[in-house]
Amino acid sequence: MTGVLAPVLLQSQSNETLDTLLGPMYWLLEQWAGLLGWVAREAGIGMLSYGFMQRGILVGLCIGVMAPLIGTFLVHRQLALIGDALAHTAFAGVAVGLFLNAVIDLGVTPYLTAVVVAMIAALFIELISEVTDAYNDVSMAIVLSTGFALGTTLITINAGGMTVSVEQYLFGNLSTVTSQSAAILLVLFGIIVGMVALTRNQLLYVTFDETAARVSGIPVNWYNRIMVMLTALVVVGAMQIMGVILVAAMLVVPVAGASQVARSFNESLLVSIVLAELSVLLGIAISYQIGATAGGVIVLCGVGIYTVAVAFGKLKTKYGDQEVPEMGSIDVTDDDTTATVWTDEADGRDAATDD
Amino acid sequence: MSSQPSATADETAVSGAREPVIELRDVAFGYTATPVVEDVSLSVQNGEYVAVVGPNGSGKSTLMQLMLGLLEPDTGAARLFGEPAHSFDDGGRLGYVAQHASASKEMPITVREVVKMGRFPHVGFGRLSSRDWAIVDDALDTVGMSAFAGRRITQLSGGQRQRAFIARALASEAELLVLDEPTVGVDVESVQAFYGLLESLNERGITVLLIEHDLGAVTDNADRVVCLNREVYFDGPTAEFVESDALAHAFGTAANFLGGSE
Repeated sequence: MTGVLAPVLLQSQSNETLDTLLGPMYWLLEQWAGLLGWVAREAGIGMLSYGFMQRGILVGLCIGVMAPLIGTFLVHRQLALIGDALAHTAFAGVAVGLFLNAVIDLGVTPYLTAVVVAMIAALFIELISEVTDAYNDVSMAIVLSTGFALGTTLITINAGGMTVSVEQYLFGNLSTVTSQSAAILLVLFGIIVGMVALTRNQLLYVTFDETAARVSGIPVNWYNRIMVMLTALVVVGAMQIMGVILVAAMLVVPVAGASQVARSFNESLLVSIVLAELSVLLGIAISYQIGATAGGVIVLCGVGIYTVAVAFGKLKTKYGDQEVPEMGSIDVTDDDTTATVWTDEADGRDAATDD
Repeated sequence: MSSQPSATADETAVSGAREPVIELRDVAFGYTATPVVEDVSLSVQNGEYVAVVGPNGSGKSTLMQLMLGLLEPDTGAARLFGEPAHSFDDGGRLGYVAQHASASKEMPITVREVVKMGRFPHVGFGRLSSRDWAIVDDALDTVGMSAFAGRRITQLSGGQRQRAFIARALASEAELLVLDEPTVGVDVESVQAFYGLLESLNERGITVLLIEHDLGAVTDNADRVVCLNREVYFDGPTAEFVESDALAHAFGTAANFLGGSE
């Protein structure tokens, strides 16, 4: 008796708790819907008046910020593949969620189980790399295939009892973004942007020069773990409209475009976000017009923008400022700010050298 | 940090004598069962200019990693500023310059942003204050790279890049500068200027530890030489090193190339 009841109780309970926790996010969603509804009326843009479009655009805009934000740190460490590997393990997570829902009627959105499984896989990849001292594409490829194989196996085992199509997870679907999954995405967005804002110095140092970062006292392994976990969050968040197969593109393509035109790191962060938002908005608009899957069109727009950025970058190097500045002389004597720090050391120097 | 030197001075007053900057006691380390370095005991005092030389594969870089606490010795003890090197975390006191000249990372980052990293051990999660930025610009000025502050680091020549990395170490107000074959891939004129810079930094009181296999550079510049090939073959003033036969022992008989490179 209780064995039958427990899952049902668990289901309603877990969903209720989740919805209470997500309360403020639902409020934000309402405000957003109100805003877009107003824009739709004032500007006469019909597509903005649909609820699913309003949610889809919000999710798209969030992805356009967090994917290149994390992607910038990944691409410059030659870790572009990790997004792909985690997306495929997230698919295994989706399968686990669907499986549990069918077997014990857990009733949670598969995106939540995807988050959990992808984070575990992320930590696993990171620990392998810590033991072997290198991220290697072989172990990444193994994790990728294992995730996907596990996903397909679980889904086919359960095929009899399951009517849910996996297509929306593979290719993403803008129109099936529910209020709950949009609210979850807003939470992920907050976590990711907050974490990067807090640890930007350390992440930059580790990305640019891991050994020097280690020497300067930064616990490099911890930041690597944080980075892969954040990647897992981004991947699952973006999966809703990008799909498992295309999600990695959002981590890589805008960043690749930005590094063609940007000079500084801060500039490249900003430019990659702008390029990503452009592809998202353009992609959603075009896909609505031609009735195609948003994910694919967004990626195509991104690649188009990347091509323009490459051309622009080439022109910039060709016709840009070519003059080489004069290198200054090395001058250690007339230091005013730092000199005070070293005078103290200089005193004990003579005594110290006659060892 | 302006508080740092005074703190060091206090410690000195308490302990009576300055602790060695680097201290290795009977250190042995191996990646496998065969040790890469063995029986190494040495200490580097504040303000010294020490070069570690040895043939390729002699364990120079491993020794440097042990000194910096990047590796933990299998036996023996490695200490940095009196603390066990492996748990030492006051990164602001260390400056590290590697063989970056050959690195070909296509990361969009400017010289000033690289030098800025020197301040990270001091600011933690916070933002750089105007004083931090002043120290950054000052460091750029010291190495003569102010005009390149806004350039992408990947567009620089090897020598210019190494100057930028020195500036990063200066910006961290490091007391100990560790350089791992810093002039590999750097053009000849820049190498001259580079050693000139090290010399003047050392005169200013910064301890310099140079890992090199270019013996000419070492004998021209360093005050003290440690010659390594798994074990320490020689440790003493540069002049004595030149006269001794430690080199032949460490490098093998065919190595009569004082002043040349491998």
